[in-house]
This record gives sequence, structure tokens and C-alpha cells, in this order.
Amino acid sequence: MSASETSTVDDALTHLARVDGPRVLAVLAKRLNNLDLADDAVQDGLVDATRSWPRTGIPDNPGGWLMAVAKRRANDRLRANGAAHRREKAAGYQTFRDHEAPPMQPSRFLDADSDTLTDERLRLMFLCCHPALDSDSQVALTLRLVGGLTTSEISSSFLLPEPTLAQRIVRAKRKIRDANIPLSIPQQLEPRLGVVLSVLYLVFNEGYLSRGADQGAVRTDLVQESLRLVDLLAVLIPDHSEIEGLRALQLFALARIKTRFDEEGELVLLENQNRQAWNGAAIAAGNKTLARALSRMRPGPYQVQAMIAALHTNAAHSGDTNWPRISELYRQLESMTGSAVVRLNRAVAVAMAEGPDAGLALVDSIAGLDNYHLLHSTRAELLLRSGDVEAARKSFELAELLATNPVEKRHLARRASSISL
Amino acid sequence: MDYMLLLYSDENWNAPTPGTPEFDAMMGEWMAFNQTLIDGGHWIAGANLMPTTTATTLVNSFGAPSTMTDGPYVETKEQLGGFYLVKAADLDEALTLAKGIPLPAGSVEVRPVAFRPDAA
Repeated sequence: MSASETSTVDDALTHLARVDGPRVLAVLAKRLNNLDLADDAVQDGLVDATRSWPRTGIPDNPGGWLMAVAKRRANDRLRANGAAHRREKAAGYQTFRDHEAPPMQPSRFLDADSDTLTDERLRLMFLCCHPALDSDSQVALTLRLVGGLTTSEISSSFLLPEPTLAQRIVRAKRKIRDANIPLSIPQQLEPRLGVVLSVLYLVFNEGYLSRGADQGAVRTDLVQESLRLVDLLAVLIPDHSEIEGLRALQLFALARIKTRFDEEGELVLLENQNRQAWNGAAIAAGNKTLARALSRMRPGPYQVQAMIAALHTNAAHSGDTNWPRISELYRQLESMTGSAVVRLNRAVAVAMAEGPDAGLALVDSIAGLDNYHLLHSTRAELLLRSGDVEAARKSFELAELLATNPVEKRHLARRASSISL
Repeated sequence: MDYMLLLYSDENWNAPTPGTPEFDAMMGEWMAFNQTLIDGGHWIAGANLMPTTTATTLVNSFGAPSTMTDGPYVETKEQLGGFYLVKAADLDEALTLAKGIPLPAGSVEVRPVAFRPDAA
């Protein structure tokens, strides 16, 4: 087999895991009413493909192939389970905790048409983002089951030990099974959709500025994964202004992602970024998506954030930035979210629009962010601009102490030492 | 599936005194909630507990003679004050029922029942 054929098979296997795998899982989990069994069967199918495709070549319909193999594997597992269950019963064990294996009705398997497939993938997404699961579990489960990433891919993206992540996923799946969290589309869509959006936003943010150690600050894989999942959500729930708002926000951020760090991997602030190097296609796509969202006249926090990002990203020079408009948008966002972090961002915009003292007054009105490094770095920048050099240096040092990302730490240390010179 | 809804709240709050209109209004809400559980076919059991000042705790420890202490097992800001045992199709339905509990302040822990000897 030639190198190019190998890479074709590798690409096909990745596509199978990330696109077909979650589809087959969504259909099987619903039909079997058993997420664990469906997941195991799909994993069996992916392992089969990895073993056999390099020899046999890629089947004509990879998704259909995976569905057939996974169904067969589910049947095998059910039969094996049933036998084990009967042995246990014969031996006098009673298993209260484990569900009995559900009856298998192979005739009910249909090759799902695209409509039911849409429903089923959406159910799976709502299940992974169920509010009864903690947010770390929601993120891990969504990437694993809806994104089709392996546990090892997710753990390296989040710079966590693989056993920690595997354990998190096992625990979440066990809670889904034991507490009987349903695989269903919630009757009240909006509050639950808010959780889904926040999970996808978290994945994106973690990719955009990783908390972790020396692996560089951007995890492009997570950024792309979250975009792919938001695109999927936009297909599953079309014409939703906040889904489009989040998508636009991500596109604007993506447009600037390459200029956020210099050749040495150091952080470059927005005002110093090379705007020529921003991705024009991504900006255009962001503008188009945002315009469509706004035309629906259903405002929401992601749309406001996207509008702020649009004002930054469409300004040809940092001096052209419309700070009064951005301050106003942050004020709206703050009244929507009540978030102290939003108020901090608003303070920066107000300082740019009205001067550092107005910004400092807002920073000083923020409660509950004393351990947040960006509060102190913001205060430092504003103090510096208002001429209080010594207080600025102290705030930079405190910010440096509280930051966790090494790139940010270095940036803040440089700021502090540049002042003392 | 059966779920236990465990109601925790500060038992020292100033509850309305029996005989006042406020008390009647409060009890009305609880009775109405109980009735919705019964009408919906969810009711298995439920009870309001006497305060923890009346509690006696037995502690067993792997065959050692059990000890007895005056009061609840742990001192907490919120105390177990009552429970409902309900039937629900899934966790979402159980959570919807739990949201209807007219507890003015406090928390409701929703736990699936693993095994109940008297279950049908």
C-alpha cells in the first residue's frame, strides 16, 4: 500500500470515528435504550474498521458499514450478557443495580432517514449536556460521544491524565444509567439549549486560551472541534439566533487566532496584532452569520458578544475601534448576564471611550473577582495610563502570581518589569 | 422508576404559627402539591419530620457494639426535614416534581432508588 493510500485510509477512519460514529451511536442508543451498550458496540465497530480497512480498503458506504457491524456487535454483547445474567441467576445472585439487558428486536432497526437522525443526534447532545451532570463531565461526554473524539485525544487537549478523563466519562455514563437520565429532547428547549451552548463555548474557550502547561496557549484542535459541533447544532436546530450568534463569535475569534502569538509564542494584545494577517474569509463568514442572527430580532448574550467581536475585527486599525459602541454593548451584556467578568470587560471599553479614571471606577466596583488575574492586569493597565506607576507595577505582579497559563504569566512579568525600569 | 426526594432546610427559620392565615396559606401549598403527586400517580410515600432536636443516632461499626448519641448524625446548616418517595418515568420527570415542592428556602436532593423490597 502506498503512502497516499495509507493516509486516505487514515482520513477515512478519522471521519468514521468523528462523523459516522456519533450518528450510529445516536441511533443505536435510542433503539436499544442503552447508551453503554450502544457505545461499546460502536467502539467495537471502529476497532474492526481500524483492523480490516487497511487490508480490504474503504467500503462504499462507511456509515452503513459501521451501522451493520455495530448492530451485530450489540447483538453479540447482548447474547453474552444474557448468558452471564442467567449464570448469575442460577448461582443465586441478585443484581439490583444493573439493568436487565433490554429485549433486542433487530427487525426494528431501520436505516434511519435524515430526519430521525437529526432528532437522535440532538437527543444525544442534550443528554451529554444534561444539567444533572457537572460541567466538566458535560464537556468530556460531548466531545467523546457527539464529537467522536477518543478519551486519549480529549485528555491531551485538556492536558489532563487520561485515567482522570476516562474516569470522568465512566462516572457520567454510570449516572446516566443509574439515575435514568432520558435520551430525549426536552419539552422546554431554551433553558436546556443554553447549557448546550455554554458547553460548546467552554470547549472553544479552552482551545482559544488553554489553562494548561507548556503546550502553547492555543489548542487549535479544540477550537475546530467546537466549531464543528456548533455547525452541527445549527443544522439540528436551524434558524436559531443564539446558535448563530455563538457561531459568529467563534468565526471572529478564529479569524484572529494566528496573530495572537508572535514567533516566540508570546502573547500579542489585540491593539498590536497584525490586522493584515487576519483571516478575511472567516471575518466575512462571521459578518454574514451575525447579520442573519440579528435579522431574527431575538437578542441574546452570544449575539451581543459577537457584535463586540465584529466591531473589533472589522476595524482596519486599532485606532478606528468604536469604543463608545462597545461600552454600550458590554453594558447590555452585563444586564443580560449579571456577570462580573463582563463588567471587567466593560471597564476596559469605558476606559478607552472615556479615559482611565472612568474605567478604574468600574473596576473598583467589581466584587468577587479578587483571585482573577485579569482583574489585576486590567487595573494595572488603567493605573499605568492614569500615571500611578507604582500601583500599576504592584497590580501586574499580583496578576502574574494569579495567572496559570505560562504565556500569560510571561506577558505579565514582562509588563511588571518594563515599568520598574 | 422510584426516586427519593430528600428535603433539606434550616429548621430554625421563623415558620408561620398554626392558626394564622400565613400558616394556612403555607399548608395549602403543601396539600396542593401532595394532591398533584397523588393525582399524577407519583405518590408512594412522604413525611414531614420532627426537628433534629428530637433525633437519636445509632452508630454501627462492623460488629462493634453500637453507640447511641443525642441528635443528628452530623450538624449542618440545613437539616433533613422531610421526604417524598415518588414514581417517575425518568430523572427529568423526577426533577420536574422536585421543582414543584413548595419549599421556601433549602434544597431537594433527588436520588434514584436502587432497591425497595415492597416494590410491586
